[in-house]
Amino acid sequence: MKKIYSVLVENRSGVLSKVAGLFSRRSFNIDSLTVGETEDKAVSRMTIVSSGDERTLEQIEKQLNKKLDVIKIKTFSETDSVSRELMLIKVKYNKSNRREIMETCEAMKADIVDMSKNLMMIQICDTPERTALMIKLLSGISVVEIARTGTLSLTKCEAE
Amino acid sequence: MAEYISGADAIVKCLLKEGVDTIFGYSGVAIDPFWNSVGKTKIRQILVRTEQNAGHAASGYARASRKVGVCAVTSGPGATNLLTGIATAFADSIPLVCITGQVESDCLGQDVFQEADIVGAAESFVKYSYLVKNARDIPRVVKEAFYIASTGRRGPVLIDLPYDIQNSKMPDFDYSDEIPKMRTYKPTVKGNLVQIKKVAEELNKAKRPLICCGGGIHLSGAREILREFVDRNSIPVVSTMMGLGVLPSSHPLYFGMVGNNGFRTANFAMRESDLLIMVGARVADRAVSSPDLVLEGKVLVHMDVDPAEIGKNVGPTIPLVGDAKTIFEDFLDLKLSCRTEGWISRLTEQKAANVKAYKTSDEYVNQALFVKKLSESMEEDAIYVADVGQNQLFSCRNVVIKAGRFFTSGGMGTMGYSIPAAIGARAADEALKERRAREEPEEMTEKAVIEQNEVKPGDKMRQIVAVCGDGAFQMSMCELAVVSQYKLPIKIAVMKNHFLGLVREHQHFAYHDQYNMVDLGDFPDLKLIAKAYGIDYVRLSKDSEMEERIGDFLADERPMLMEVNVDPMDLTTL
Repeated sequence: MKKIYSVLVENRSGVLSKVAGLFSRRSFNIDSLTVGETEDKAVSRMTIVSSGDERTLEQIEKQLNKKLDVIKIKTFSETDSVSRELMLIKVKYNKSNRREIMETCEAMKADIVDMSKNLMMIQICDTPERTALMIKLLSGISVVEIARTGTLSLTKCEAE
Repeated sequence: MAEYISGADAIVKCLLKEGVDTIFGYSGVAIDPFWNSVGKTKIRQILVRTEQNAGHAASGYARASRKVGVCAVTSGPGATNLLTGIATAFADSIPLVCITGQVESDCLGQDVFQEADIVGAAESFVKYSYLVKNARDIPRVVKEAFYIASTGRRGPVLIDLPYDIQNSKMPDFDYSDEIPKMRTYKPTVKGNLVQIKKVAEELNKAKRPLICCGGGIHLSGAREILREFVDRNSIPVVSTMMGLGVLPSSHPLYFGMVGNNGFRTANFAMRESDLLIMVGARVADRAVSSPDLVLEGKVLVHMDVDPAEIGKNVGPTIPLVGDAKTIFEDFLDLKLSCRTEGWISRLTEQKAANVKAYKTSDEYVNQALFVKKLSESMEEDAIYVADVGQNQLFSCRNVVIKAGRFFTSGGMGTMGYSIPAAIGARAADEALKERRAREEPEEMTEKAVIEQNEVKPGDKMRQIVAVCGDGAFQMSMCELAVVSQYKLPIKIAVMKNHFLGLVREHQHFAYHDQYNMVDLGDFPDLKLIAKAYGIDYVRLSKDSEMEERIGDFLADERPMLMEVNVDPMDLTTL
């Protein structure tokens, strides 16, 4: 089972290591983790995607709540929320596959953001499923490098 | 213009305001400004002989006094030596404030002499930690540290103090009397009344209710009120190792310690009960061998001040978050009608049938019998501190607790705990006596009244006995110097079996007597050790001498070391 934890934490040094350390110490999985400031500069939001059985997922929430730098936790499944992930992919291209790559990008609403004689960089910002699909679609060509942000998530407006 | 004081003076001012009277620790240049400031006050400094024991002594102090124990050590190796002390306190939820000196702020991260990232190293076993970067933060940090350590699920808090911060000047301040405002920390103390009523209904329905108490009862000071509650409603009680002493061993409603090292009757009661109320206990692996089995056919209520403990090991039917004392106060307000006569007489019969006979010999001392006789001979309110190993299992299974206490390193199982913890407990009683002598009774604060309820008033301090094996003894025998130097009349019984007995026992079963790394030989000569430290010595060599020697051992108020000659091949499983 997958769960998304949207965790508001004090924006202090060392907090990321405390939270990450909690996951490693208790053998909880981190599928992805993103951190950034919020509208309040004293507060950061960590979006953590984790998977495990029900008891583990509940323990994660309880243990996070115990951390004294954690202000608030919201948990939600992928269906209750809007999730996005940003990915940059650098690929090798040649005359024969250039057209195909561009078509794939168009179909996937991905942009080509940088280019050289034989390399191009593709940017996609979409749901975690579609970014994963993008990787699959490009699997036939030579991928040089990939950078992903991990999942960012907020609950749907109607859920508020 | 505002007056300026040093960071070190500031921290000591805060400690005085928190009622700190004793600090255990070790010196070193990085913590020297702090000790210099402490030296200007009446705070008692106790110099232990290795930093780990500063943590254990503070732990003994905290458990004996129900105040926060304080220890302070230097940076680098001083701080890393303290780690085991911190982890031990964390595993048993003991409130400590641990202060470590640190290299100058400008040098942090440069691997300079005696630098260690202690905040990082201690992260997974502190309740919270601070690295002070500005002296002006000191009043807030200390206030929060004591509040965090002593509320909710108690635990150690670390304050790392760079050298330059201790020396820097800051404006003098008024120390706040208010509870610190922290948006991220609001421990639940009061139990949810709806849940409490649900539990009350179950108690009325239950035919075989049972309360299993853990260390949380002692930590919250709920012993008296729990006793009133079970006496009034006739509910049988068992305890975990950390809970020992919740009721006197002879109490008719008390049926012993649970777990794989526990009593048959207690485990029978756990299995047979139809309503099991776990209070302040983690339902941990040593207490309940396979947690899920407990649940079959019964209602499980789990009360704990830490919501994360509830459901961590077993899923309860009724969770109840809150402080044990507060919850039982609420329970006392409710009228209950428990019908438990049949259940209690069944358990009482079992208990009587399970009384075992002790085999005596002319060659050795029977450890189980020794623990029983020793604890029976101890004073009403005495403190028994057990170490770790075979002696711990013999102790917790045979100790007779009257109105006193039983301390041990339960969660962590740290060898060498008993002597420094006994030192800390004695220092706590001495500090309390000192305070009483100064204070007029009518001027006593509310805090002091609570302490008085826990620690029996009077000029006589509690008798404190540490029981350890020869392995654990050698891990902390350097502290005998502290016993002598500070004239702390604790009693130390060493069960000398020439082995690391519990591991030897494991190798006996697991590897058919192929012994590795467990033979201690015949060292040291305990009589000479006692003499070297100026401590009286007595040897108990066989069962027939037991009463007389125990009498000598406990006779008067001076430190004493007793060597107990036990069979190296003893098994705790018998």
